[in-house]
Amino acid sequence: MSALSEPSPNKHSSRAAPPRLLFESGSSGRSGLYWPAEGEKIQNQIPATFLRDDISGFPELGELEVLRHFTRLSQRNFGIESQFYPLGSCTMKYNPKINEAVARFPGFALTHPLAPAEVLQGALEVLYGLERMLIEISGMEDISLQPSAGAQGELTGLMLIRAHLMEQGNPRKKIIVPDTAHGTNPASSTLCGYEVVQISSNSQGVIDTAGVTKVMDENVAALMVTNPNTLGLFETNIAAIADVVHGKGGLVYLDGANLNALMGVAKPGDMGVDVLHMNLHKTFSTPHGGGGPGAGPVAVKAQLREYLPVPRIVKRGDGFELREDFSKSIGRVRSFFGNFGVLLRAYTYIVSLGGDGLQEASRMALLNANYIRKKLEKSYQIAFNEPCMHECIFTDRIQHKNGVSTLDIAKRLLDYGFHPPTIYFPLVVSGALMIEPTETETPETLDAFVDAMLSIAQEAKENPDIVKTAPHSTPVSRLDEARAARKPLLRWEPDRKND
Amino acid sequence: MRYTPHTSADKERMLRAIGLESIEELYQHIPKTLRERASIDLPEGLTELAVRKRLAGLAAKNANAADWSFFLGGGIYHHFIPSAVDAIVSRSEFSTSYTPYQPEVSQGTLQALFEYQTLICQLTGMEVSNAGVYDGASATAEAVLMSRRIQPARRRRVLVSRALHPQYRAVISTYLRNLDDMQLEEIPFDVTGGTDIEQLSRRLNDESMCTVVGYPNFFGVIEDLGPIQSACARSGAQLITVTTEPLALGLLKPPGAWGADIAVGEGQSLGVPMTLGGPGFGFFACQKKFVRNIPGRLVGETVDTEDRRGFVLTLATREQHIRREKATSNICTSQTLCTLAATVFMSLLGKTGLRRIAEVNAARAHDARDRLVSEAKLEAVFSAPFFNEFVMRTRGADEMIKRCAANKIAPGVHLTRWYPELRDCLLLCVTEMNERGEIERLVRTVAQ
Repeated sequence: MSALSEPSPNKHSSRAAPPRLLFESGSSGRSGLYWPAEGEKIQNQIPATFLRDDISGFPELGELEVLRHFTRLSQRNFGIESQFYPLGSCTMKYNPKINEAVARFPGFALTHPLAPAEVLQGALEVLYGLERMLIEISGMEDISLQPSAGAQGELTGLMLIRAHLMEQGNPRKKIIVPDTAHGTNPASSTLCGYEVVQISSNSQGVIDTAGVTKVMDENVAALMVTNPNTLGLFETNIAAIADVVHGKGGLVYLDGANLNALMGVAKPGDMGVDVLHMNLHKTFSTPHGGGGPGAGPVAVKAQLREYLPVPRIVKRGDGFELREDFSKSIGRVRSFFGNFGVLLRAYTYIVSLGGDGLQEASRMALLNANYIRKKLEKSYQIAFNEPCMHECIFTDRIQHKNGVSTLDIAKRLLDYGFHPPTIYFPLVVSGALMIEPTETETPETLDAFVDAMLSIAQEAKENPDIVKTAPHSTPVSRLDEARAARKPLLRWEPDRKND
Repeated sequence: MRYTPHTSADKERMLRAIGLESIEELYQHIPKTLRERASIDLPEGLTELAVRKRLAGLAAKNANAADWSFFLGGGIYHHFIPSAVDAIVSRSEFSTSYTPYQPEVSQGTLQALFEYQTLICQLTGMEVSNAGVYDGASATAEAVLMSRRIQPARRRRVLVSRALHPQYRAVISTYLRNLDDMQLEEIPFDVTGGTDIEQLSRRLNDESMCTVVGYPNFFGVIEDLGPIQSACARSGAQLITVTTEPLALGLLKPPGAWGADIAVGEGQSLGVPMTLGGPGFGFFACQKKFVRNIPGRLVGETVDTEDRRGFVLTLATREQHIRREKATSNICTSQTLCTLAATVFMSLLGKTGLRRIAEVNAARAHDARDRLVSEAKLEAVFSAPFFNEFVMRTRGADEMIKRCAANKIAPGVHLTRWYPELRDCLLLCVTEMNERGEIERLVRTVAQ
């Protein structure tokens, strides 16, 4: 077999050939683990019928081989520390190193969730402290840290609403969701047994009282709204809309995906919101990890408190205890206490910044977004001519005249060394380019990004082909996604030829 | 701390460019009543040094496995993690990247996930694996929901073994609470500690949707999946196996070889620190014919415009960002950094290392149990074969836990809170991290 780290020569272009898979290298009997055998023969302990043969195809590599493999893979990724990553609605801010250091303290990393609460007081203090701090930041009244991610927070929040309405005699049938919502909103609604009623945003990009009034009736359990919405606009009518929903006995759910715009600026709790989930991996700086782990705490107003998931952390004297005796609780949504390691990082972040620092973070997020908006408004079409919050949305309307699409612009940005904005979302904007710079970027970085965008706008006019065939400098060129879906190859197999 | 790099001069320059005088003007369009009440009443920020000291103080209040002897399992396990795992997981190219929607600059994450999917298939003996879900408990609930999508509407009875992790049973019940057609039933365990197969066979019928059993189960018992699978197959119900201790699959015949339809579990054991039970990851594998019903992310192999091998997220038409309310699940995360840790961990141990560690676990656990019976005169509660966990009846579990705690030993998990019938019974776990000397100390302390 050939070495894992050595690319085979590629006949097609100057790009290096992709690395082999773990399974395509190595030598029989090789392992990165040294651990002498001990104890008697396993067959004396476990009957042979329960034992397996060797795991066919499993890796047989040495430690350095493995490290070199994954180091090479890492070099085929963009990350926040190597590239500006203005991915809209994802809040790709700097993930502080102190958070990582703290999460690795043995007093946190080596704790077991089933150890007695008396010897977990430091961890429980972190959880309790984070609960109080998130309540203060959001203006809500109680909270559960258990949900593992935003989408699980949504499901949990909707279950709280349903349990509350059920107790009043009727769980109701429908959830109102604006057309700008994240896809998880309708998906979570279905999972909670609700039908989805979609409403449109108006010409200013927000939902209005009239639109909600039209569909709001006694069959509607809740309105699910994101604020600022996914167009980067503040839902200015939110309080009046909440009145309409409450007037018919419904509740208001706020998707807190964009909370990074609001800290010290406006509190969801003051907007008539009854339930709110927060994405700690966005606003509170915990790393996205290439797709998790995150955390999606759910905060509520007092009338929903008794339905929150168990166990709950209760302060008693100087100590903290875990209690499960809440008869109206919806139960557990996951094992143990949620993603404690993520919660711990968020706690560290909030303690580091303090109240003023959090407000400064939101303000600088607004400043950075508005700065980019201003600098690009002459070259790219703005989706809505309204003041933006922490992100701004452009479209490809101008570039489209030369056959250059949002996808092309995004791919061309890769050649300039920038991660593209979120594209084609929200769905209501044709060819959306959603840019969220976050507060941790310097104006110099924003200027460099703006220069790249302006240069691409120029290229779209003068040399559209270079944009349409981008990217040119990445490890692979555009990939055939249709082929992947048509004939799914979801794992390596020994008998398949990988050429 | 401040992570905002803006100087006053920067702010001025930027405001000028925008055409504004002050930062406040950026959000003047927000109603005044909201703005006026928005200030955050929290203490001022701290220096990094002060933060470090404060958090170190909190960490010091927790019992941790470096200072204590933990014989704790029950879904979260203390295992050896080679240093190379954290070295890779700490690389910011992996840790700070987003879900790989832009495949040209995410080949690292995508290939690692493709390798992860392959490793999970090999480990479980299943044909397809997704890229990961939140945890073992929600993976189990998602497996039941997947069975609901596959099975006809007349099959809506879910048979759950009472020997399945109690928190997992709780999560299934939460996930199903608003789906009116679903019916949950519990199947008892018998004196062996395994699911009562006779009861199960009797309760399975043409309305049964699926059976959910632990493998090994919550008591550490290796369920005899042969007769369980036959009973399910006879009635047309699907078999879902749940593994909270995947290291066991280095040694045990995998769920796929027993004919499981869906095999899920918690992956924390595979290279992820315990961290109070999260984050780890849920693994989710099934037979190929169910692939379009799978929840969560899937990575597939394809080629680029120059025929180079590459990887992309695929079959996205199942997912919430495309299908919205008709999606197979609302999930949009895959605990990727934890599955990466598991991928590196499994690569390092490899075929022989995984088997070796699994054997060491079984050997030490069996040795510890034998000594607790013969020297400490405790009673082994169940008779079935086990991997690295087992249940012992004590002469007073709470008192024993206290006595052990005084010696920095956590002797096990008291089962009575979930199983009143198992009063004074402890679930003990022994792994390769419990040195011979620790087992010696446990036996001596317990024997007192």
